[in-house]
Amino acid sequence: MYDTPKVENDVATTDIKISAHGCQVYYGDTHAIKDVDIDIEDTTVTAFIGPSGCGKSTFLRCLNRMNDTIDVCRVEGDIKIDGEDIYDPKVDPVQLRAKVGMVFQKPNPFPKSIYDNIAYGPRIHGLAKSKSDLDDIVESALRRAAIWDEVKDRLLAPGTGLSGGQQQRLCIARAVATEPEVLLMDEPCSALDPIATAQVEELIDELRGQYSVVIVTHSMQQAARVSQKTAFFHLGNLVEYGDTGQIFTNPQDQRTESYITGRIG
Amino acid sequence: MPVLWLVLIVLVMAVAGYMLGRARALKSAGGDSRDLHSLPSYYGANVTIMTLVPAVGILIVWLLVQPILIDRTISSTVPAEAISDSMTRGLFMSDVRRIADGLDLAVTEGAMGRDEADNIRAEFTDIRDRLGNLGVALGSDVGPEVLRAAQRYRTMSSAGNLLMTLAVLAAAGVGFTISYMATGKNFRARNVVEKVIRYLLIFAATIAILTTIGILLSLVFNTIEFFRLYPAEDFFLGLTWSPSFGGGSELGILPLLWGTLYISIIALLVAVPIGLFAAIFLSEYASSTVRSFAKPMIEVLAGIPTIVYGLFALLTVGPLLMRVFGDDGIGIMQAGTAVMTAGLVMGIMLIPFVSSLSDDIINAVPQSMRDGSLGLGATRSETVKQVVLPAALPGIVGAILLAASRAIGETMIVVLGAGAAARLSMNPFDAMTTVTAKIVSQLTGDADFASPEALVAFALGMTLFVITLGLNVFALYIVRKYREQYE
Amino acid sequence: MTDANATQPGAGRPARSSSLLQLDERTRRRNASEARFRLYGMAAVGIGLAFLVMLLVAILSNGLGAFQQTAFHLKIELKQDVLDPNGNRDIDEIKDAKTFAYSPLIREAVLRQIEAYGIDTPLSEAPVEGFSSPLDNLFSSGARSTLRDRVIANPDLIGQTVDFRILASSRVDGYLKGRVDRESIARDKNLDTVHLDLVDALHEQGAVEKEFNWDFITGPDASDARPEQAGMGVAMLGSFFMMLVVLGFSLPIGVAASIYLEEFAPRNRFTDLIEVNISNLAAVPSIVFGILGLAVFIQFAHLPQSAPLVGGLVLTLMTLPTIIISTRASLQSVPPSIRDAALGVGASKMQSVFHHVLPLAMPGILTGTIIGLAQALGETAPLLLIGMVGYIASNYPGGVAEGFLAPNSAMPAQIYEWAKRADPAFYERAWGGIIILLGFLMTMNIIAIILRRRFERRW
Repeated sequence: MYDTPKVENDVATTDIKISAHGCQVYYGDTHAIKDVDIDIEDTTVTAFIGPSGCGKSTFLRCLNRMNDTIDVCRVEGDIKIDGEDIYDPKVDPVQLRAKVGMVFQKPNPFPKSIYDNIAYGPRIHGLAKSKSDLDDIVESALRRAAIWDEVKDRLLAPGTGLSGGQQQRLCIARAVATEPEVLLMDEPCSALDPIATAQVEELIDELRGQYSVVIVTHSMQQAARVSQKTAFFHLGNLVEYGDTGQIFTNPQDQRTESYITGRIG
Repeated sequence: MPVLWLVLIVLVMAVAGYMLGRARALKSAGGDSRDLHSLPSYYGANVTIMTLVPAVGILIVWLLVQPILIDRTISSTVPAEAISDSMTRGLFMSDVRRIADGLDLAVTEGAMGRDEADNIRAEFTDIRDRLGNLGVALGSDVGPEVLRAAQRYRTMSSAGNLLMTLAVLAAAGVGFTISYMATGKNFRARNVVEKVIRYLLIFAATIAILTTIGILLSLVFNTIEFFRLYPAEDFFLGLTWSPSFGGGSELGILPLLWGTLYISIIALLVAVPIGLFAAIFLSEYASSTVRSFAKPMIEVLAGIPTIVYGLFALLTVGPLLMRVFGDDGIGIMQAGTAVMTAGLVMGIMLIPFVSSLSDDIINAVPQSMRDGSLGLGATRSETVKQVVLPAALPGIVGAILLAASRAIGETMIVVLGAGAAARLSMNPFDAMTTVTAKIVSQLTGDADFASPEALVAFALGMTLFVITLGLNVFALYIVRKYREQYE
Repeated sequence: MTDANATQPGAGRPARSSSLLQLDERTRRRNASEARFRLYGMAAVGIGLAFLVMLLVAILSNGLGAFQQTAFHLKIELKQDVLDPNGNRDIDEIKDAKTFAYSPLIREAVLRQIEAYGIDTPLSEAPVEGFSSPLDNLFSSGARSTLRDRVIANPDLIGQTVDFRILASSRVDGYLKGRVDRESIARDKNLDTVHLDLVDALHEQGAVEKEFNWDFITGPDASDARPEQAGMGVAMLGSFFMMLVVLGFSLPIGVAASIYLEEFAPRNRFTDLIEVNISNLAAVPSIVFGILGLAVFIQFAHLPQSAPLVGGLVLTLMTLPTIIISTRASLQSVPPSIRDAALGVGASKMQSVFHHVLPLAMPGILTGTIIGLAQALGETAPLLLIGMVGYIASNYPGGVAEGFLAPNSAMPAQIYEWAKRADPAFYERAWGGIIILLGFLMTMNIIAIILRRRFERRW
């Protein structure tokens, strides 16, 4: 599988995958996201940074409508993926989430075998026509999540028995197995130790070739290491958005600079 | 001296002890409570406790033990031939007690002199008549042995009571004196009082164990007694239940167990799907307004006493089923009381039980599990069916087992709704009966407690206790294991 | 970037339609099954609520009738020659006139009323004297004693014509309430359609009325033949004394046990045993507690049968686990910082618990206790075994001691008793009794909820 290197991403980087305009989010009476405009590119890692409570996770959860599961949450404005408004009443969030996968802060493998964890998505979406098809999907997802070698001998062991870093990579493999176009990651390394973090970061970098990856992180170093684009959120506002290098070396906004240099946060 | 007076005297001593002990402690410190080891009230409380606890302890033990001892002594002095064939020694003794009580009453009412009561002879006086005038009803004429035994009973009781009074007063006095003398400014009254309170707390906690022991003893002894009169294998393997108090009863438990099981199964078939789906809907789908209305409303069903369900089965559901399945309808139901009636109503009763237990258990499944599934594009129902329920399965099994144990032990619904005939039938519209219903019917008649027909109730109770206890222990174990997994 | 195209983007996204705005076939099917599943859930909740409504409707429609009772208003002449032939108002002589001597007086009063209203009925020919008369079937068989009691209480009434409220028989009562119809009367040997015509006529004139039935709430039970006189009053007192016993024992014992287990108990086998015991006792069938009560309190300790004291003791043992479990929960909810604060200023462990933790946990404890009491109040099965059914609770207890020790019934036992009786008129009483019982339970639960709302503390 590692035999056909192609360089396609330099063409794709200019495509806009997700674009949000005038996006507002309310939790009951709280105005959590204020008028955010952002264009997220395909085959790029985009990092959302900012102090805790700044709304970066909330905004991320808007991108695959996970906020629908919270009763009091209300989203206004428009968010488009490939030019289609995802909050259009005709859009089924289930179909959307198959297209926009998500990895959560804490590794959350299902209390099933490793195989069933990965096969869960393909099964519900009907991606496999046969058992061997499914086997292939599972294997390739585990390979892409760089965990195949560690688990190939115990695919039927429970996923909850893996170490924290392995669990998180299992969750990434699980997300990848449904063939998403966008991968959202909500602080995927916050519950992991440094070694596991390094592995996951490496993986994210590899995934960039195929997906538009959006990662929320509270660690500026991590953002600098893995992302090409960075967005800085503060108090529900998108303060600054641009190339990662430029944000970290030459921020345009006073608040970004304060955050980068550690004065707020 | 009546017990009430004795208690009052001891109480007065205790109150006096409080004030005296407190005063003595203060005096020993020269009126300055800061020099005392403990607060003055602890010194008072110490004297009170030392006065009260031993005296009351002796009183209680004495009151419990004395009748048993006297009973035993009198009973051993009565020759076997004095007891006529138609009665047991137990019945004889209860006659003795009743006459002794009657004589006491006669003396206090002034209908009989003290000497007369002690020396009256059955040969010359119609005791039954004289006591009957005082409102003491006796079942038969009083024979000389019974009367003599009753008189001995009285003498021994009054002697015992006198001794008891002395012993209790002595205990109170000694406790009072010792603790009063010990009171002084260096005495660690608080520590002593707290230790006593601690023992009282431990005693209170032990009551739960005492209750269990009480249950076990009362079941085991009477069950053994029953098996002495009726062979155990006939009880456990018998296919017929036809008690007759004239003797020649067949007391096989299997028809009762079958009825119990059948009704419980129907009840669970009603309660589990409805309860489970209701729990799923309320915890996964319903908006908070719907939830805050529907959940307590369904739980109201759990707060309704079972007698209400029993009446509902007997007077509403039974006739309703009769209209459909009875002679005017399909014709497979003879009477309103049937397995189906009781099972349906019991199912209704169990709905809130299943739903609130499952609700707790479903809510214990971490939200991250649901997020993970929804984030992959699963619908809610797929998430519930493939992630939440499998994760919650052990807990739900536990909940269902608890519900089953409830169903098996339920009494009022089956007493009123299931009928009285014990039969082994497959037709759910037949009347059948259960273990609990038969416990009630065997123990509420005028039966002699020593007959196998009454004692069988204890064997039934034992069986019921063992089954429900087994189910509970197992279910609680599963639920606890399940909880630990997510803690 | 070696593996970037392990699966080609185009090839890897096969079956899915590219646009989010169009639902593919599979999603549509999945959504349909989602809707079905949701519907099952809604149906389950709906069925649960429907059962509740059915139950309440059954209770109210059948039971409200018990709160009304039909009565005749008659002017009865208390004739001196019948009741006090010698005219000396000697109370013993008046007592000599037995109840059946009063029958003709009532019959006469009815006939007079028939005449006064000009009602045309064959019953106007009914005999006044004699052992029985068709007119008697209109009244409760207890009507005569009502008269006699009143005369004995006030002999001066003799010779006067007095207004009396005479209870109608249960059939007449049932007819006016719509429980008995003319068809079923055809099979009834006690009452004819002639009677019903008369009742209708008297009803029009206002001489027969349905009135609020205080006697049902406060009165004693009556024998099999007089459902119209049966009331809950005595059974209510029985329940009241039982609840006093339960409260008096289970609250202190339950609180003490919980304090020990929660605050003092070391973790060892003994306390483990107690804990397992308590959680299992909570699930022991209530009938088993009845067996315990029968064997221990009645057979062994010789406490009086059917006494509220014994019932209360049995229910105490049954309620204890509930109270202990809820008390422990409220003790747990008091944060450790409170205990530390008390210990920090030099209080002993015991003082910190009794001065600080216990008062703070009190609202929760009381709530749990009230709920436990409500459970005990509605419990029936154990009471059957200790003999609180099977007789007529017709006497009010004479005093407090008698209240605890004299045989009595209890509300649920009384309801059961009525449900077992042959005359369907008692069913109405049973449902009515349930309304009263549920009224008490509801009040207790509302008090518990208010307590919780008002005093609940979030730490």
